[in-house]
Amino acid sequence: MIEPFSILTSRTAVLPVDNIDTDQIIPARFLTTTQRSGLGRHLFADWRRDAHNEPRKDFVLNQSEAMGARILVAGGNFGCGSSREHAPWALLDYGFRAVISTGIADIFRSNALRNGLLPVVLDADTHAWLMANPSVEITIDLQEYEVRLPNGRTAAFEVEPFARHCMLHGVDPLGWLLSRADDIRRYEEAGACAA
Amino acid sequence: MSEPRTLFRKVWDRHIVVPETAETPAVLYIDLHLVHEVTSPQAFTVLRERGLKVRRPDRTLATVDHSVPTDAASWEGGLGDMDHAARHQVRMLGDNCGRAGVRLFGVNSSRRGIVHVIGPEQGATQPGMTIVCGDSHTTTHGAFGALAFGIGTTEVGHVLATQCLLQRCPRTLLVEVTGQLQPGVVAKDVILALIGQIGVGGGTGHVIEFRGAAVKSMSMDERMTLCNMAIEAGARAGMVAPDDTTFEYLAGRPMAPAGAAWEQAVADWRGLASDPGAEYDRMVTIDVSRLEPQITWGTDPGMVMSIGGHIPAPAGAGHRKALDYMGFQPGAAMAGLPVQVVFIGSCTNSRLSDLREAAALLRGRRVARGVRALVVPGSQQTRAQAEAEGLDRIFIEAGAEWHQSGCSLCIAMNGDRAAAGQYVVSTSNRNFEGRQGQGARTLLASPATAAASAIAGTVADPRTLLEAERRIA
Repeated sequence: MIEPFSILTSRTAVLPVDNIDTDQIIPARFLTTTQRSGLGRHLFADWRRDAHNEPRKDFVLNQSEAMGARILVAGGNFGCGSSREHAPWALLDYGFRAVISTGIADIFRSNALRNGLLPVVLDADTHAWLMANPSVEITIDLQEYEVRLPNGRTAAFEVEPFARHCMLHGVDPLGWLLSRADDIRRYEEAGACAA
Repeated sequence: MSEPRTLFRKVWDRHIVVPETAETPAVLYIDLHLVHEVTSPQAFTVLRERGLKVRRPDRTLATVDHSVPTDAASWEGGLGDMDHAARHQVRMLGDNCGRAGVRLFGVNSSRRGIVHVIGPEQGATQPGMTIVCGDSHTTTHGAFGALAFGIGTTEVGHVLATQCLLQRCPRTLLVEVTGQLQPGVVAKDVILALIGQIGVGGGTGHVIEFRGAAVKSMSMDERMTLCNMAIEAGARAGMVAPDDTTFEYLAGRPMAPAGAAWEQAVADWRGLASDPGAEYDRMVTIDVSRLEPQITWGTDPGMVMSIGGHIPAPAGAGHRKALDYMGFQPGAAMAGLPVQVVFIGSCTNSRLSDLREAAALLRGRRVARGVRALVVPGSQQTRAQAEAEGLDRIFIEAGAEWHQSGCSLCIAMNGDRAAAGQYVVSTSNRNFEGRQGQGARTLLASPATAAASAIAGTVADPRTLLEAERRIA
């Protein structure tokens, strides 16, 4: 069951890097777990800490103005690479509820939505403004498909309608799939599937 | 007459259980679900918690590949040195498959291997199928004209419980590969060049169909390399229309249809190719007739160049960050840069033809002093075939390590890893920061380039060695 998401107001943490892959979000050495909890401590592990396990002061999540931020603003094509769902699990466990970019990789977007982490794709202008103004407080309104900035500007975004419905109401899509069991059985009985 | 359809559309249409509407995605039936130890435990746990059964264990096939050691010492010691958490994960897959009645090619199976190598090898991967796995390189199976893509663990659970996924219809991207490849230039070079051309996000939201003379003349191994890295362009899937090359590969494989069912299947598969006049959302052309061997210089697969070139001047902050991580100076010649590790393996390039390509150069030569070269076959069966041909002797006599099968140094979660600062010429698919070990620096290339670099101890153009061989012959 995912935590419903309707309106979120929070400061942003800005990570101005394009093509952030899921190996950066959570390195593979942390994937030997059989749990989905507790992965926040490994979020961006090799960007947060140096080879001696000391915090890197120049990394945004180690800076005081990013503390408590629930919205991550990142460069384009966020979440590319591996299909590991540990990436949204780690972001959520750390405290993020939304990721803003100019583009989100397909598998990451799907994984994020299934877990209640909202992927928001914005136009280049709004995105550039957010990059240039880190740590501002903004509102993401999933009801209205809208991001509201402190300068009064608003920007629209799209979310697949069924995924939005599930996020707004905390609905589990597996339940809906299971409710189509008769359709699935009919499909199988018709011998339509391969092999 | 009905509307001309693409290969993708034909496969998509036959798997619609419930059509999509404005409010709800399509319910898409999945013919084959491949499972491995890393992305499945949490999915099985959800099923157990909710009292759900695996709907079609007969359409589910599991193996262990990511976290199993591949080095000889580990196996001689009975895997006693295996990481505790990894061991637990492997054991959990065994328990989960045992309870659900899912077929598992486990640690001691002779049919074990990288999930994207064994599916085709066993004949489980077939044209026209929908295939998913909790692994992004599931795109590999599209080489057979299947619609195959990676999913996350929650969706692994959906497929286990219902054999279906909720999906919106993706867009299509036709990649026309024109011209014929020069000697020493292979499928890996083509896909790297394509990613360089369209970018690591260039295929997002799309299913790629690869077509053209160069694709037509590729072997199945090469087509798999091509489709394997479709995900590195951000594509949902990559596909190649099935043809005689496909059918010849599949005929007689253990899980492929046989007898009358085979004839019937082939007749059906012949109808899958895109119809003349079928429309695509986008089209891209890549002329490969003058393509040189490709190699990456940065930290994503789109940061790629011809091996005879020079490290490019950075275009933007992303490039500067990448050059800094890689320790490269713009303007330096790529060929001749020192290398400490060479990795020949991964679901991209660990099949028999890849091993032959590397062995052809390593035969009678030596891996340079100070270079560690790992050859990791994609499956135990590939390993056995290579040994039957004597390839293992060639590698060992050249001073390379001959491993058991697995993902190994592609993802560095089984104990095989490179050290911080080391340069690795790797036949794998991702040169992301830290991918092959914290601080390790990856240069993606073909098996021939990897082998040539192992011999030289530096980045080396395989055509130089191939040319020398032609002269001797």
